[in-house]
Amino acid sequence: MSAAALEITPNYYLVVGALLFTIGAVGLLLRRNVLVMFMCVELMLNAANVTFVTFSRALNDIGGQVIVFFTLVVAAAEVAVGLAIIVAIFRRRRGATADDVHLLRG
Amino acid sequence: MTVEALIFFVAAALALGGAAGVVLARNPVHCALLLVVTLVAVAIFFLLQEAQLVAAVQIIVYAGAIVVLFLFVIMLLGVDQEESLKDPIPYQRPAAVALGAILLAEIFVLAGRTWATGASSTRGSVHGAVGGRDLGNVQRVARVLFTDFLWAFELTAVLLVIAVVGAVVLARRSGQRAQLDEHEQAIEEQITQAELSEASEDAAYLGDGERPSEEPQVTP
Repeated sequence: MSAAALEITPNYYLVVGALLFTIGAVGLLLRRNVLVMFMCVELMLNAANVTFVTFSRALNDIGGQVIVFFTLVVAAAEVAVGLAIIVAIFRRRRGATADDVHLLRG
Repeated sequence: MTVEALIFFVAAALALGGAAGVVLARNPVHCALLLVVTLVAVAIFFLLQEAQLVAAVQIIVYAGAIVVLFLFVIMLLGVDQEESLKDPIPYQRPAAVALGAILLAEIFVLAGRTWATGASSTRGSVHGAVGGRDLGNVQRVARVLFTDFLWAFELTAVLLVIAVVGAVVLARRSGQRAQLDEHEQAIEEQITQAELSEASEDAAYLGDGERPSEEPQVTP
């Protein structure tokens, strides 16, 4: 790799976005602490945002950046409601793992 | 190596390292702090790609509000103890890693194909002059947000109101629990009195990350 001529193409960002998304998905499957699972969802949303902004610049279209705003709003709403659900669950039973919440299991 | 490349690789290392830390750290507080590292690195990506407003919003909303909310819940619920390593579902971990590898391979295979992205948008450009004037990033975003995306923008207001109402309703005591309230209040009073008499031991309790009160299991 010639040191002087290394140019960062959109592909670099897309690869990082894909890796972030995968790490988030694996974390969601691996972890059982509901709060950490939520954080992994945030990671996946961020990976999508990186991809949006990358295409926004690559295609010279500001729409990609506007979509990121909507993603942020949805993420904020999701966290507010999700954390309220977690608090409501914790009122009933002590325990931080998703496996403890199996009341609806068939 | 150009400056952009240097910044990119540092930010990429921070983002991926932080993300791996979120998945691997045992303590939820550490997870939340490592999440901040990833979010700041993603904000740096945005800055590198001429999305200054989005970068600022990313820091303010994510690092400033969402992660603080996470930390509040972690601290309030006292769940900052470490997770047990016991695996309730056999082979869950290897299966999760295998599925992740498949997902990554899938993304790369699909991304390698040719994609029709449709006509280039006429909404607005990220760089270059608009109507003879060179606008800033904020003006460019605002122009599109309040014209083409106005309907969606108004809908986000509805979404946020619903989220706030939902969060408040969930955080309140539900109707089913209302009938238990008297019993609970009696127990809580007992606990408070017990706490007052053992005030000196509070510090030890807090250090353990456990709540001093042992609420009885409420069966519906």
